[in-house]
Amino acid sequence: MQAITDKQGVKRYLIHITVNGDQYSPVIKANTLLVNLLRDGLDLTGTKKGCELGDCGSCTVLMDGKPVDSCLVLALEADGCEIITIEGVARHGELDRLQRAFIDNAAIQCGYCTPGMILSAKALLAGNPHPTEPEVRAAISGNLCRCTGYVNIVKAVLEAAEVKP
Amino acid sequence: MSRPAPSDLKPGARPYRHPGLPEPADKDYAVIGKSKPKIDGREKVTGQARYTADLKFPNMLYGKILTSPHAHARILAIDTSEAEKIPGVKAVITHKDVPSLKYGISPARWDENIFCIDTVKFVGDKVAAVACLDEETCYRALRAIRVEYEVLPAVLDPLHAMDEDAPQIHPEYPRNLNTEIHQDFGDVDGALRKADYVRTDLFIGNRTYQAPLEPHTATSIWQEGKLTVYSSTQSPHYFQYYIAREFGLPMGDVRVIKTYVGGGFGGKLEPTGLEFAGAVLARLTGRPVKMFYDRAEMFAHNRGRHRQYMKLTTGVSAEGRILGVHADFIMDGGAYTSLGIATAYYAGAMLTLTYDFENYRFDMHRVYTNLPACGAQRGHGAPQPRYAFEAHLDNIAKDLGIDPLEIRLRNARKPNTVTPNAFAVNSCEMTACLEQARDLSGWADKKGRLPAGRGIGVATGSFVSGAGYPIYRTDLPHAAAMIKVAEDGTAATLYTGATDIGQGSDTILCQMAAEAMGYTYEQMKIVAADTETTPHDFGAYASRQTLMSGAAVKEAGEEVKKQLLEMAGEMLDLPPEGLDVRLGRIAAKDRPEITLTFEEAARAFFVKKGPLTGRGSYAPPKLGGTFKGAPVGTSPAYSFAAQVSEVQIDEETGEVTVLDVWDVHDCGQVINPALLHAQVHGALYMGMGESIWEEVRFDAQGRILNPTLGEYRIPTALDMPRVHSSIVKSYEPAGPWGVKEVGEGATLPTMGCFRNAIFDAMGVSVNSLPLTPEKVWAALREKRKADGEDIWDPMACECFVE
Repeated sequence: MQAITDKQGVKRYLIHITVNGDQYSPVIKANTLLVNLLRDGLDLTGTKKGCELGDCGSCTVLMDGKPVDSCLVLALEADGCEIITIEGVARHGELDRLQRAFIDNAAIQCGYCTPGMILSAKALLAGNPHPTEPEVRAAISGNLCRCTGYVNIVKAVLEAAEVKP
Repeated sequence: MSRPAPSDLKPGARPYRHPGLPEPADKDYAVIGKSKPKIDGREKVTGQARYTADLKFPNMLYGKILTSPHAHARILAIDTSEAEKIPGVKAVITHKDVPSLKYGISPARWDENIFCIDTVKFVGDKVAAVACLDEETCYRALRAIRVEYEVLPAVLDPLHAMDEDAPQIHPEYPRNLNTEIHQDFGDVDGALRKADYVRTDLFIGNRTYQAPLEPHTATSIWQEGKLTVYSSTQSPHYFQYYIAREFGLPMGDVRVIKTYVGGGFGGKLEPTGLEFAGAVLARLTGRPVKMFYDRAEMFAHNRGRHRQYMKLTTGVSAEGRILGVHADFIMDGGAYTSLGIATAYYAGAMLTLTYDFENYRFDMHRVYTNLPACGAQRGHGAPQPRYAFEAHLDNIAKDLGIDPLEIRLRNARKPNTVTPNAFAVNSCEMTACLEQARDLSGWADKKGRLPAGRGIGVATGSFVSGAGYPIYRTDLPHAAAMIKVAEDGTAATLYTGATDIGQGSDTILCQMAAEAMGYTYEQMKIVAADTETTPHDFGAYASRQTLMSGAAVKEAGEEVKKQLLEMAGEMLDLPPEGLDVRLGRIAAKDRPEITLTFEEAARAFFVKKGPLTGRGSYAPPKLGGTFKGAPVGTSPAYSFAAQVSEVQIDEETGEVTVLDVWDVHDCGQVINPALLHAQVHGALYMGMGESIWEEVRFDAQGRILNPTLGEYRIPTALDMPRVHSSIVKSYEPAGPWGVKEVGEGATLPTMGCFRNAIFDAMGVSVNSLPLTPEKVWAALREKRKADGEDIWDPMACECFVE
């Protein structure tokens, strides 16, 4: 990995990362978090920060298809990886079935957990197209929501699982 | 049963009663009463919705606040010189750089400074702030500020805050007494003397935190004498008012803009300090400054629920009719007043709503402690007293051998009654709520017949549909709205100061506007909660917007409709009274074949007369009695709710699993059923977290032990029971189209309902919140000991003795 050192002796690294299909080559510090690279560096503010400790799941993104808390991933670790953020879920303005189901089932209130919730659900449906309700609950149990009691979120994910992609 | 006004009302001063608009015969609504999708749904599922922390401005700086590491200490010196030398640090400020005017959200007790001047009063009190090129530099700068403290003895136990020798926190408030209330209605002593049975119980609440997922953020821009603040706020108006006051600015030079807000639940109603510090830093640097709390700082800033110590004495007749109640409470206010005066009054005021009794005494002491300040959390001061009263009532029912549901039915409030503390209740379907909850839950088949370890409980709740009086004294209307129809009539924009923090007010207000105009929801746009472009509204608190903002929107919509039909009348050569408009289609009432579209008439109006607009505003009538504190708890209308829950207890571990909850609500006419039930789900969820897991805990130095979402345990998707949300038919004459509140009411019954279900399952009473496995286990153990069972005490085992 290419690195340059500044006057204070702090190293910066050139990484290659694909986000929502677009390729970027940002120069970052070793302590840059993936969430901050996405939000501040690439202006993808759909990824939210709720705790910066990996407790709330608001910053969930897909890294090579797996849901991760992007506040617990160093941007360096994402070098060469493919990231999907909430901005990459709808295709050409067409909502994904999960996004549609969240709207149709009143599964959104303040919306702060919604991006992470949708990405966790997306990862679940990718590996398990017809989950049971307990499986849905387990899959989103790392994503906290303070508004909905999860009632309509679970309903939305189950409904999206019924719909053909 | 209607009753004369309470004795302490002045002669002739009867509580306001709404003239009682009749329920409309034609209830075939076109837009309201339907589960329309949220107006902001698409933005929120695609990541396009921008919250305050998502905004970036050219040349923007980042700011952080330095807080106190001590619960109580004198500030001897602050040295910022090292911090100022760090490259990238643009400004460092302390109390010397900001106005010293005290502020607070409660005008009766302004007791906060932007930064502490002489003493710090809790771990997390604000001392200084920095503005830097980036976040990382902020943290480096905060560490470089040297503050010399002289540590003082602290008050951490609210029950000893009033002791003679307790340390004094605010010199102006002797014995750390922040608020003292003594209210007496009817003849409580006489009622207790006459009662067939009198019982006293003591309950203790928990200190909980709203924990919205979005951290508080404010970005301030100060340009040419005008201050603009983007904030995650529940009330742009109160922020504007208090920011203008603090800096001596005319309100017209302060613009507060709400972005999307990631939940509030009461914690974002008052200025957070970020706005004040950010404004000063923005003025000093001439650059936009973004200030934010991290999760631990949010817990320290707090303004969450007060912990209350609640003693209840009630006298009842042999049939279980409540004759008189004495509530004697102490609440831990923390270091500042916040909204606590109102909280203290609410704690007692709301106890009179769900059950009908005439004699009531309420005593309250809200004390200062060296802990984070408490404020208004969903349900305000009412949920813990409601838990206490519902538990107390179950104890009484058990002592008298009356079914808990039956004792509630015998005492349930009826419509068109007045509470002892002079709240006029119009619509009230308390009885119907209880009956439906009983039937849906299968109460009759379950009560006393469930297998071992399983129990069923019931509780009630009631809440205001908007506060009768604003937080500071003013004659401003409570809500106002404007509607502007687009020039070609193909869209209409609602301008409202109402504040959507996720609950969906933008959506339901657009439904209401469309209904009033005869338009479609799908063509509505909204501009909301920006003090410069939208008309005044007090914001999102006290469950006020559906009724109050809705009334203003209805009036604005009706003004549009009237002008539109006059224009259509001119075009069709028919009297406008003979026309109606529904879903954008104008038709003659008696000759439906004569039609015109909304667009055609609106366009013609614009060409001939200019913009087609409507305006509306709402102010409640004068409500309540004349005694001290009478305004708190007044409202044009009250919601009512009953909940039944079924729980399973693990006898070995004390773990409580909630299986099912049935919530039945009387919330008047429903505007959007899907969003209404979603509010019930969320309120119940929050009540459930507070009931079983949530509690902010402190060490012996007053430091929070669990300021994270990992250790402050809000429920996950795996913890939720099956939720059954249902409503009863109801119409509220004081609300537009008959509406009432729902968002907070469903938090109220939950804690008592779970406690009563545990009581039913195991016969043990857990008298403090949260109802943790440890407490349930300990209560079970005590019961087994009392029953004469020989219990092995592991702690007494020799192997544990050193």
